[in-house]
Amino acid sequence: MKDKITEASRHTSQNEGLIFEKSSPGKRGFDLPRLDVPVVDPAQVLGDNYRREGVVGFPEVSEIEVLRHFTRLSRWNYAIDLGMYPLGSCTMKYNPRVNETIARLEGIATEHPLQPQEVSQGCLKILHLLEQCLAAITGMDALTLQPAAGAQGELTGLLLIRSYLASQGNPRKTVLIPDSAHGTNPATAVIAGYRIQNIPSDSRGQIDVAKLTEVVTEDVAALMITNPSTLGIFEERISEVADILHRKGALLYMDGANMNALAGVARPGDFGVDVMHLNLHKTFSTPHGGGGPGAGPVAMKRILEPFRPIPVLIEKHNGSLALEENRPLSIGRVKAFAGNFGVLVRALAYILAYGPGIRQATEDAVLNANYIRKHLEDVFDLPYNLPSMHEVVFSDHRQKANGISTLDIAKRLIDYGFHPYTTAFPLIVHGAMMIEPTESESKEECDLFIEAMRAIAEEAALDPELVKQAPHTTRVGRLDEVTAARKPILRWVGKG
Amino acid sequence: MRYLPKSPIERSQMLSAIAARSMEDLFSSIPERFRLRQLLDLPGPCAESEIIQYFKERARENSVGYARFLGAGVYDHLRSVVTDTIIQRGEFLTSYTPYQAEISQGTLQAIFEFQTLMCQLTGQEVANASMWDGSTATAEAVLMAERITQRRRALVARSLHPHYRDVLNTYARSSGLDVVEIPFDTDGAVSQQALQAELGEDLAALVVGSPNFFGVLEQLPVLAQAAHSVGALLIVAIAEGVSLGLVRPPLEADIVALEGQSFGLAPSYGGPFVGVIATREKYVRQMPGRLAGETTDSRGRRGFVLTLVAREQHIRREKATSNICTNQALCALAAAVHLTLLGKDGLGEMALQNLSKAQFALGELLKIPGVARPFGAPFFNEFTLVFPRPVETINRELLTKKIIGPLALEPAYPELPNHALVCVTETTTREEIERFADALDAALAPLEVRA
Repeated sequence: MKDKITEASRHTSQNEGLIFEKSSPGKRGFDLPRLDVPVVDPAQVLGDNYRREGVVGFPEVSEIEVLRHFTRLSRWNYAIDLGMYPLGSCTMKYNPRVNETIARLEGIATEHPLQPQEVSQGCLKILHLLEQCLAAITGMDALTLQPAAGAQGELTGLLLIRSYLASQGNPRKTVLIPDSAHGTNPATAVIAGYRIQNIPSDSRGQIDVAKLTEVVTEDVAALMITNPSTLGIFEERISEVADILHRKGALLYMDGANMNALAGVARPGDFGVDVMHLNLHKTFSTPHGGGGPGAGPVAMKRILEPFRPIPVLIEKHNGSLALEENRPLSIGRVKAFAGNFGVLVRALAYILAYGPGIRQATEDAVLNANYIRKHLEDVFDLPYNLPSMHEVVFSDHRQKANGISTLDIAKRLIDYGFHPYTTAFPLIVHGAMMIEPTESESKEECDLFIEAMRAIAEEAALDPELVKQAPHTTRVGRLDEVTAARKPILRWVGKG
Repeated sequence: MRYLPKSPIERSQMLSAIAARSMEDLFSSIPERFRLRQLLDLPGPCAESEIIQYFKERARENSVGYARFLGAGVYDHLRSVVTDTIIQRGEFLTSYTPYQAEISQGTLQAIFEFQTLMCQLTGQEVANASMWDGSTATAEAVLMAERITQRRRALVARSLHPHYRDVLNTYARSSGLDVVEIPFDTDGAVSQQALQAELGEDLAALVVGSPNFFGVLEQLPVLAQAAHSVGALLIVAIAEGVSLGLVRPPLEADIVALEGQSFGLAPSYGGPFVGVIATREKYVRQMPGRLAGETTDSRGRRGFVLTLVAREQHIRREKATSNICTNQALCALAAAVHLTLLGKDGLGEMALQNLSKAQFALGELLKIPGVARPFGAPFFNEFTLVFPRPVETINRELLTKKIIGPLALEPAYPELPNHALVCVTETTTREEIERFADALDAALAPLEVRA
């Protein structure tokens, strides 16, 4: 009896195939309105050389099948709406639903980026207010909202530095990157035309200032620093770091991925940062959407302003706003049109909801991380014990004795109803377990997470196989990634 | 604050649990002189209703109620309510990048379906999970061609979207890539003669748009032959995806850089959209961006994972094929749902309506004295016209009649004064086209009378 029920439940939502496997000729999920002009013959209009007879392989399914298919798929996902998503460095916070509503308004979603600016003042006012808010939060002088994501913000920031230094006579050759940095930092520096040099962390997990002093020469364009670092620790000597760079004419770039620890509490512009990006899909709550879209605005000091990518938002003498293209010193265009506007709109709605109270969100985020740290530090190894800010990084050192790795613990968390934390990053912590709860978690949710983690620590000691085989409750178990990479199947090609 | 799930009592309980006296204690590691002593000067806090009110007021300052004949890389197309319903499901909207495959199968399978649809559409063998947009996909396609060919010079058609060319130049400048522009011919397509003159064994890629910025379809087999004759790759950028419902896919291309905005995404003042790179299997390891692949779990059941990650920044750091991390996943999902709804017949029908309406509009507009069509090559839903007066002047008059006129080409192409790019899609009604033609006729009439 029990088996039958299990079978039935697997049938309805667990065994959904690919949409292509549901296709049957003649079905459709969308009807076009009647054509109100004479229909043309494509063969005649386009000529045979340009013509195509339908897209081979496209599915043919009805509306209800499409809705059900994707709804069933959706149920195989975890989501913030379901529970805590403690991914360190990812800032998975609540995505307010009003932001979805306003981004879809007629007059917002419907606007064309090349329409005349006299009928775009609403869009431009939104961009203007967002620029002002982000300048206030970062303590910087100027913004560009163009970059599509954090990594493109990094590239924009480095190109600003490059153009600025070139205007001083020498773009320089090297960008310094701490060994705890996100992978995007070195990848970006290379695209920006720089050679990278890694800077080791000291024994406390802070940037090694003595080493830095040694390597900062007139060849160095910038240091890319994440603050708080990916260990969730504030770089206490940050202004000293800035001074060391500035003395040699180099600039300080800050990866703003961890801005959720600082908003309303401290401003990078005050502690010596020259340019930084923000991830609006982290700190400013725009939905992660399974991997994007995001937005990566760049905030900068006055010296970099002339080099901003086009178009640049300006206020005209008559008080109206405009996007200006004619900027001779600009680094150029980094993305078509005017940024990921729909994401920018949501971020502004988030800021408006809090206003000056954004500080409270930051306080709660840091409180949650420290509360979790306090209740787990007796069962998990804490490799760096300086005060935590918005996230805490443990290691699997103690569980390793029983052959349990950070990945095993992460997978077992799934069975307890949580998304895994970030595993194996930052690279300077062997077997890292990086936990960022964000302010969106209640005390109750934090307590449940703590209980789950402590229970797993116990299982790791008493029943390691249980943890190693986890997860046990998902539709599929651990997947064969090796074969996936060795013999890639990257599209559906049908049977046979 | 409604987004914060803590009572004052819980806050103090938690503070005492960590032996902190106050919130200020939590920030003791920030040097005191950098800690803000007062609240930031930000607008708000706003109630939900006030937020909606603010954005409704801004929306009223935009172009609601205007008819529009603009395309140029952003197109008005019909979108099903179903697409928006799906992408607003919390399980898609509020989930992260599917690195933890066991609880991300929904996103992963949807990406796999998206990749399949993109391959079917473009005639290529592999497509990635998304790029930021068509412009960055084009720039990254060129960097990819540079890696594949180990050559450092690219030819780019002047008829490619000016923003795409700008973005390519931004990326090329810093990476030391040499980009040379190829002019267009009198028919609006790439000049074969100029192209032949620039071909050489040092060439990594030839980059063209098709339909190009003037709406013209390029002769891809001929261009491919030219590029391949010197061992270079042909990169085809497609800004209007609906064209692929009727127009032959770029089979000869080595890399396709597609903008998918036309597939269920609102114009949204320029983004977020969805770029795609599609290519041949043999180039997959040089591709940028995420890829979902099929595999099995320990019990042999089909499942999906992010794969070939050794190309990506979080693994390879400075040796990665790109710095892209966050992409446009939710937009890709929207495109997948949209194209699935349209299906085999729907996309073709939508394309046919675009073609028919554009032909109708062209016929109506050419009836106006002084209006001419400069380029003769076939087009899809956009075409170039030349007017007897500056386009900006005419557009100002059209605007008073609640018509947003065609794009003036002169700012991006000084050699094309009085040229305008007209776009008509299935959303443009016959009545709007006729109203536009009448208004244009009226705007030009005084000059004709004087002449």
